Amino acid sequence: MLDDFFTRALVAGIGLAMVVGPLGCFVVWRRMAYFGDTMAHSALLGVALSFLFEINLTVGVFAVAALASLALLFLQRHGTLSTDALLGILSHSTLALGLVMVAFMSWIRIDLMAFLFGDILAVSRLDIAMIYGGGALVLLALAWLWRPLLAATINPEIAEAEGMRPERARFIFMLLMAAMIAIAMKIVGIMLITSLLIIPAAAGRRFASTPEIMAVAASVAGAIAVVGGLTASLHFDTPSGPSIVVAALVLFLMSLAPPPRRQPALLKSGGKT
Amino acid sequence: MLQSTGQSQQTLVEMRNAGVHRAGRWLVRGVDLTVRRGEIVTLIGPNGSGKSTTVKMAIGVLQPDDGIVRRAPALKVGYVPQKVTVDWTLPLSVERLMTLTGPLDRQKMAESLEAAGIAHLARAEVQALSGGEFQRALLARALAREPDLLVLDEPVQGVDFTGEIALYQLIGEIRDRTGCGVLLISHDLHVVMAATDTVLCLNGHVCCRGTPENVLKSPEYVKLFGARAGETLAIYRHHHDHTHLADGRVRQADGTIIDDPHHDHDHHHDHTGKGRDGEHEHAR
Repeated sequence: MLDDFFTRALVAGIGLAMVVGPLGCFVVWRRMAYFGDTMAHSALLGVALSFLFEINLTVGVFAVAALASLALLFLQRHGTLSTDALLGILSHSTLALGLVMVAFMSWIRIDLMAFLFGDILAVSRLDIAMIYGGGALVLLALAWLWRPLLAATINPEIAEAEGMRPERARFIFMLLMAAMIAIAMKIVGIMLITSLLIIPAAAGRRFASTPEIMAVAASVAGAIAVVGGLTASLHFDTPSGPSIVVAALVLFLMSLAPPPRRQPALLKSGGKT
Repeated sequence: MLQSTGQSQQTLVEMRNAGVHRAGRWLVRGVDLTVRRGEIVTLIGPNGSGKSTTVKMAIGVLQPDDGIVRRAPALKVGYVPQKVTVDWTLPLSVERLMTLTGPLDRQKMAESLEAAGIAHLARAEVQALSGGEFQRALLARALAREPDLLVLDEPVQGVDFTGEIALYQLIGEIRDRTGCGVLLISHDLHVVMAATDTVLCLNGHVCCRGTPENVLKSPEYVKLFGARAGETLAIYRHHHDHTHLADGRVRQADGTIIDDPHHDHDHHHDHTGKGRDGEHEHAR
C-alpha cells in the first residue's frame, strides 16, 4: 500500500496533522504564534549544523529548536528587551545564520527549497515510521502533561499555588514543540510549520465546547486540510506544502460562516442573565 | 477560635521576617504571619502595600528574598487570584474550570457551585460571565478542592455591596464547616470584620495586627486609612434576614427562596449609626 508516493504522502500528512492539532491549540491559547515561528526558523540553523558536524538531521533540528526556546526563556528573565523584540531577533538571525552556513558549505549539495517549503511527496517509509513513532511519543507526553499545562495556560499562579508546577509544564511543552518541528520539517517545511499549528486549531475553535474537544477538532481539521491540499496539488500540479496550508485556510474561512440559529447554552439551562 | 481538637491548632503557613525584593526595592519586608487551621486571617492595606505579594509568598508563587516561609507538608491550597482572564480562543465552561487542577466528582462540583450561588451557570462559558459571576466560579473551584488553606486575593472585585457581604458570610460558613484556614485580602476592613479572626495591616511592612476591633482602634490603622475610617462601623452591624442569590432570587431567614420582583431594599439595616462613609452604595 505504501508503494505509491501519493499514498505515502497522505499517510505521513495525516499522521502529522494528528500530532500538530493539540500542540497547535496550546500555541493559540498561549498566544505563542510568533514563538512557534521562531522555533521553526531556528530549524534551518539545525539543518546547517547537522550537515557540518555530520549528525542525524532530526536530532540536530530538535536540539537547535530546543536551544532556541531555552535561549528565549533565559533572555526573557535576564534581558531588558521585550519578548516581541527578542523573538524577532532570534527568529530571523537563526534563519539567516542557517542560510549563510548552508551557502558556505559548498562541498555539500543541499536542496534548500525542500527544507524551507517541505517535500511531502518525497517521504520514505522511514519518514512515516518517524512521524508515527515520534508523534505517538509526543501525544503521549502531551496527554500526561495535559492538566498542568492547561492550568498553567489559564493561570500560572493558580497552577503554582495548587502544585501543578507550571514552569516544568512549560519547559516540557517547549521540548515537545521542538520534537514536532523536527518531525514536521520534511513534510511542510520550515516556513509553513507554524501555519499548520495555528490554522487548524483556529478552525476547530468554533466547534469546541471544551479544550479537549478543540484539540481533537484541530487534529481532524488538519487531517482534512492534508487530504484536500494533497489532492488539489496532484490535480492542479501545485507545490504540496503550500497547497495543504491553503486548504487549511479554506477550512478556517468556512468555520467563520454564520452558524445555524440555535439556543445559547446559557438560556437553555434556565438561568437569568 | 477556641476549638479544642489538636488538629484545629495545626499551623498551615508560617512566615518569618519574609520579604520580596524587585528592581531595587522591597515590595514588602519583615512580614511575620501565621495561619492556623480554622483561622481566618485578613490582610488590609492601601494599593501597592504588598498584600498580593505577601499572599503569593505564603502559597509559594513567589519565593522570599529575605526571611523564611514554611508550609505544612502536603498542604492543599485553594487559590482565587485577584484577576484571571481567559483567552477567548480557549473554550472553557464553568464545569470544566472546576476540574482545572484536579479531578472532581459530580456531586462535589454541584455542591460547590450551589454554595457559591452559581449552580445555574454550570454550563456557561467563562468568557460570558460577569465579573462577579466569574469570581464566584473561581471561588467555587477553589472550594471544591476541599483545601486545607483557602487563599483569596480581593475576592469581591466586581461584586456589588450586598453580594460582598454575602460572599464573606459564605467564606465564614465554609471555614466553620470544613475547618480550613483562610487567608484573604480585603480593601475594606469593616466588611470582613465579622468573619475575621486576625487582621494584618500592611504598608510595605506590617503596621499593626490583632483582632479587627483592636486594629480599628490602633493609631497606625487610623493614620493609614484616615480618622473617618474608624467611625463608620455602625452601618455594617445589621441583621441580615435574607440573602440575595446570584440569580436574582432571595433566600429568606427560614431558608425559603422567593423570586424578588418588588424588593424595596428596606433591609433591617441599622442606618442610624454614625453615617455612611460614602464609599459604598447599594447596587440598586
